[in-house]
Amino acid sequence: MPTDLLQVTGFTLAMALAATLLLLPPGVCLAWLFARREFPGKSLVETLVSLPLVMPPVATGLILLWSFGARGPFRSLDIIFTWRAVVLAMAVMGLPLLVRTARPGFEQVPRRYELMAESLGAGRLRVFRTVTLPLARRGVAAGALLAFSRALGEFGATIMIAGSIPGRTLTLPVAIYTAAETGQDGRAAALLAVSVVLAFGAAWASNRLVRAEPAMDDAGEGA
Amino acid sequence: MSLAIRLRFTLRQGRFTLVVDEDVDAGVLVLYGPSGAGKTSLLEAIAGWRQPQSGAIAIGDRILYASASGVDVPVQLRRVGYVPQEALLFPHLTVRGNVAYGAAGDRIDRVSEILEIADLMDRPVAGLSGGERQRVALARALAASPALLLLDEPLAAVDTVRRRRILTYIRRIRDELGVPMIYVTHQAAEARAVADRVLLLEDGRVTARGTIDLLPG
Repeated sequence: MPTDLLQVTGFTLAMALAATLLLLPPGVCLAWLFARREFPGKSLVETLVSLPLVMPPVATGLILLWSFGARGPFRSLDIIFTWRAVVLAMAVMGLPLLVRTARPGFEQVPRRYELMAESLGAGRLRVFRTVTLPLARRGVAAGALLAFSRALGEFGATIMIAGSIPGRTLTLPVAIYTAAETGQDGRAAALLAVSVVLAFGAAWASNRLVRAEPAMDDAGEGA
Repeated sequence: MSLAIRLRFTLRQGRFTLVVDEDVDAGVLVLYGPSGAGKTSLLEAIAGWRQPQSGAIAIGDRILYASASGVDVPVQLRRVGYVPQEALLFPHLTVRGNVAYGAAGDRIDRVSEILEIADLMDRPVAGLSGGERQRVALARALAASPALLLLDEPLAAVDTVRRRRILTYIRRIRDELGVPMIYVTHQAAEARAVADRVLLLEDGRVTARGTIDLLPG
């Protein structure tokens, strides 16, 4: 593989990984919250979290640009057209996928396992860490993998806030677009092949995780 | 060891209402009655898994629930061990991970010796038999040093031969660890094998209280 192809692939993988790690804590908290708690405005928050999934990615990118750009409220973070903007775009676009996939994982954990842990003296945080999260782990892992694969393919929001600076912000999808646009068909095909292989691997692993649920005791309500 | 237990509460769920007004001593108190009598609901109210609508629950001098004064001790502070019918062993942990979950000090060795599960300790819980699961669930509850142990039909998923062995373990727990117990069953023979005192429960009400002489057959 040519050096610049390797560089773009490595950079994209690193950014997607960073974005996934960044969105894991808030994504897991939101998934748990939606699965386990009722609160005023819940459906509004759920809709807000889902928005990047249904809005044009370019529109999401524009919102990010206005928020983090020269006149935005978060301009002091100075991330526009840097690798941090790539991570942010990928994380925002991946969040709804993580939340929507991890949520059923939490819903499937019988409440009685958590009560049992409490009866053994565990506080709420320990119950979450040692019982709820491990029992929901396949849903969380599948969601993280989906968010990762989405991050690998992120284009619209990335190009709005990070641009396509070779060696600094250029990701695989943006590089494919640039190569196709400038008539470098051979390069576009090579980038495309890498992209397909990565996406296929991530989606396949995510599907396997969702299907293989751990065996739990029949924890139905007793009389 | 005996422990004074005050149960004075009303618990409604759907069309079923459980009303209890009893002061009892558990050595081993057997709650005996048919399915749907409210035995499990009573245990779960003591454990804090279900909240009564009104009344009071106290074990010894500790008030666990009192609607009048707004006391409702959180589940994790009740020190009430519970072995439900389905055992609820944590499927992602080994036997040792389960037994050690709420364990205090060297209690793990002691209970694994009494319940003879030392050779199971490194196994995942998925491959255990019904009897082994119940012994591990018992060990896990006991390792947390509960002030009171609640057992809900612990022999329901166990064949006849193993039933006798597990009843032996339960008597050893009573005699060697001195943990007071409330034992739910609808099997008279099982009740007779362990009971110091008996409460008969039917349709959400206590219909009789006394010794094993109350039991049929």
